[in-house]
Amino acid sequence: MAHSARRDCPELPDFSLLKTLARDHLIYLLEQLPGKKDLFIEPDLMSPLDRIANVSILKQHEVDKLYKVEYKPVISTSDQLCFLIRPRLQTVKWICDVANADKAAGKCRRYKIIFTPKKFYSCDAVLEEQGIIGDVTTDEWSFYLLPLDDDIISLELPEFFRDNFLAGDQRWVKTAGSALHLIHSLYGPFTKIYGIGRCSKMAYESWREQVAEGEQRAQKAEIGKVFLIDRDVDFVTPLCSQVVYEGLVDDIFRIKCGCVEFGPEVTSSDKSMKVMLNSRDKVFNEIRNEHFSNVFGFLSQKARNLQTAYDKRRGMDIKQMKTFVSEEFKGLKQEHRLLSLHIGASESIMKQKTKQDFQELLKTEHSLLEGFEIRESISFIEEHINRRVSMLESLRLLCLLSITENGLLPKDFRSLKTQFLQSYGVDHLLTFANLRQLGLLVEQQPGEMLTVMESKVGKLVNDKTAGKLTDAFSSLARKSHFRALSRKLNLVPRSDEEYDLRVPRDMAYIFSGAYVPLSCKLVEQVLDRDGWTGLEEVTKLLNGHEFAVTGNKGADSKAKSDAQRIVLVMFLGGCTFSEISALRFLGREKGFRFIVVTTAITNSSRILESLLDNHV
Amino acid sequence: MMKSKADEEEYWNSSKYKAFTFDDEDDEFSRLKESKQAVNSIRRLVEEDDDEEDVEKISWSGEPVGSISWSVNETAASNQRTDREPAFPKINTDTSTTSKSQSGYSLSSLFKGKTKGGNFQQFTDSLTDSSLRLYAPELRKPKSEYKDYISDWSPEETVQRMQHGKVVSLEKFRSLQDKLLLLDFSVSANDGNVITAVLIYLKRTLSKEVLFRELQSRQTALRHLICYLRESRDHRLLQELFRALGRTEDEALLKYKEHLSIADENKRRDFLKTCLSLPFSPEDLALVQDHYTLLERQIIIEATDRQAERGGKLPTKTMPILNMSLITTLYYCCFYHYSEAKNTFSSPLNVRQTFKVSRGGVTARNWLGFTKKKSPLSFQRVVDVLQKNSAPTQVLQDYVALVDDAELRITLAQKHKCHDIVINTYRDLKDRQQLLVYRGKVETGSAEERRIDELLTNQQIRWKN
Repeated sequence: MAHSARRDCPELPDFSLLKTLARDHLIYLLEQLPGKKDLFIEPDLMSPLDRIANVSILKQHEVDKLYKVEYKPVISTSDQLCFLIRPRLQTVKWICDVANADKAAGKCRRYKIIFTPKKFYSCDAVLEEQGIIGDVTTDEWSFYLLPLDDDIISLELPEFFRDNFLAGDQRWVKTAGSALHLIHSLYGPFTKIYGIGRCSKMAYESWREQVAEGEQRAQKAEIGKVFLIDRDVDFVTPLCSQVVYEGLVDDIFRIKCGCVEFGPEVTSSDKSMKVMLNSRDKVFNEIRNEHFSNVFGFLSQKARNLQTAYDKRRGMDIKQMKTFVSEEFKGLKQEHRLLSLHIGASESIMKQKTKQDFQELLKTEHSLLEGFEIRESISFIEEHINRRVSMLESLRLLCLLSITENGLLPKDFRSLKTQFLQSYGVDHLLTFANLRQLGLLVEQQPGEMLTVMESKVGKLVNDKTAGKLTDAFSSLARKSHFRALSRKLNLVPRSDEEYDLRVPRDMAYIFSGAYVPLSCKLVEQVLDRDGWTGLEEVTKLLNGHEFAVTGNKGADSKAKSDAQRIVLVMFLGGCTFSEISALRFLGREKGFRFIVVTTAITNSSRILESLLDNHV
Repeated sequence: MMKSKADEEEYWNSSKYKAFTFDDEDDEFSRLKESKQAVNSIRRLVEEDDDEEDVEKISWSGEPVGSISWSVNETAASNQRTDREPAFPKINTDTSTTSKSQSGYSLSSLFKGKTKGGNFQQFTDSLTDSSLRLYAPELRKPKSEYKDYISDWSPEETVQRMQHGKVVSLEKFRSLQDKLLLLDFSVSANDGNVITAVLIYLKRTLSKEVLFRELQSRQTALRHLICYLRESRDHRLLQELFRALGRTEDEALLKYKEHLSIADENKRRDFLKTCLSLPFSPEDLALVQDHYTLLERQIIIEATDRQAERGGKLPTKTMPILNMSLITTLYYCCFYHYSEAKNTFSSPLNVRQTFKVSRGGVTARNWLGFTKKKSPLSFQRVVDVLQKNSAPTQVLQDYVALVDDAELRITLAQKHKCHDIVINTYRDLKDRQQLLVYRGKVETGSAEERRIDELLTNQQIRWKN
């Protein structure tokens, strides 16, 4: 709304092709299994599948009944069962059990497993162990990318985060490479690729190999530049409370595959309602990137305009009225509906946030980011834990404290851990082990002070600390050097200056002017410098693994085309709506258009939930 | 690729070489299966087979992405083909040499002699040309001959083929050296799927001792094995692995985690008791001990309360207690056993003392048994919590009185109708005017009104107004 956008931002490519391709491939696979069949779908594939194909398409291809994979005995009577699943051993094992149970009962059926996006060797090993190779046929549905909006594409692989960063399992690296390859073959060729992080590097290599083996059609590039970033380069950003509208909606109502379910408290009726949230919702599109404090004003202005438009019909004669009803009325009604939904959502957000002292919570977060009043922040967190306000929020604050402070003092660590376990259950010992392994919540090691000194001097620090951590936990945990990074990149604007959230001056507006998201700042800096030159100290603090490469042909001749200002940013391990808002802002400022490709949309709750281990 | 697949099917169904498909009715395949083991047999030979003219495309069309690209070619009208697009340089993904290489990835160094030739070129060459051109047509040959060929592949080539999802035989890699080469090549290819496949083979063909020993110096592979064992729920082997590596904490936690799958609370308690001998750190051991003691206590309380409930001595319970956290348990005890003597198991005070709750500052939530009236929580919050849980007025009053800030105390006291506190605070502030105002708010003829009147006529107080 109030942004002074540059007019020359290039147009985005049309990603609906990705959906068509995925759908066509699925249809092809279903046709490979002629005759009536029942289809079992993995629960987390249902929403993505909804975006691609609908039930009637499935029915057209002789899918009789649809079931959710629930690890229960199958009640289907069909003689052909088709399973659409992620390559997970547990699911494959269940299918084996189904097949073996049928065998024992003397039931004869055909089974087909469609893995998406690909099958793993370990799945085949299970099939063999269970003795049902030969009874079951397998296939792969190359469904790599789901466009969630004009500028957001998701791999819909939330487990990428835990598998890759916590467990250190590289099973998805090639998938990331293949996804990038798909985009490259449709919208490339890319001219320049930047990246940071171990996984980014590996994904780049996988992509490069696939490109080298394949062929590229001659086409005009629609995407020129690519930036790959690992989630563990920046944990601070996704752990902060989101305060732009779309992020808030995600934090509170959970947006799933571009769709949100608003409960009765929002719809002000007795029913819940599922709403698609994307740029086609005109009201949403105008407020999604706004700081929440602006949203109410905007919505009430909008409501007044709507009233005026409705009021026009007063004093109209029959003919005018007819035109009004046929031309404007539908649009107005639509707008009315959307407006009341978003007003309802905003009210509900306000209600929830005031209930849990959101202001105080934000104040604590900001103190942590600035590194001021740490003792007060710790007391606040203790209180939060002891009152059992919210387990995930408590954990989130603990992690923020640890990352920004480079680990907790042993005394604090022990006391907070004990309090947490007393409040939320000792089972969370396992959660704490995970958080430590990932480096999200750690105890400062004796002698750490020395390393802090060293980080100022530069040198040595990486070899030493990285080595120390891997030795200690044999994990992938990386040291956070948040303070130093924050100083070098000026991530925390001076707090004595006024920050007008209506007219944001930098990306910090997404966190009320308190913090520029590190991930997006890196994108900005690298694009400005066309590489990492001059950022050596920063990359050192980020544990290295940065790269910037150019294709060796035709880079110069194409350098001026629009495609060079279309930048694909790929987040390996997930990105938040706030980061997307920040990039949209950056794009408007600099005349770029950003396309965000992410393994999944994430937020603090999703990240932390994936690390909880207090369940079977 | 879709098209070629359809062709394949036709081909297989009409030829005598069906042996290599995965079709269920296939007898020959099942025989092949018996002679091979999991990892080896799972490759899709079918992908090798294509029309002669398509041979060059094979390495590409084996890929899932390829299939989509293929259909793009179908859907999109323009089907022009040109030579390869800008070849991007290979970068070093070796993760063990983190810091050494980091500055080396700046622009200039990446292009050094890597644009053409070098590893990259070699790799493509070997892949697109020699190996495939050489072997692909041979796949049509009878099984016996075909086998000779696959056994000729080196560990490196084998890994490359696996990366492309092609058929391989790992059986021939029998020497430890070969097995480790296979593993190391798969690790340097960064493909977790292949690493795991090799590990499954190694796990089957090497003794645990040797496998564990070799993995000690191969952290990436080790992580993949741990992941695989977790996913396939082979906790026994994982346990042994942790022990062999000296990762005692991981070992203890893994064992401890098993309690989550024990539904019966008595069995769970007994299991937790056995956890006390696990190699936890001293701090964690204390916490696990608490866990055990707490569950033991919860079981006793639950049994007693159920009985009391049946006998009508307790109201029907709505709160569960089994497997709840310590704080929730304390809540429970305060709710149902508020006034119990200290020596009963369910007395809040007893629970609090057994688990030394006060050290963390949780005391504030419990309105019993404060010795020192000091809390890390602001008392304002305590009041809040108490009120939400409908604590008795007297208790509320005690806590409101503890709020330091006079203004805040008055606001809270007014909100919760703790008249005495309001009155006392105004008295202490010597605020006659406010006291007069407040007199209007209390009921006429009440004890509060009388107290205010007493104070207002008290000559001892030096009012400030």
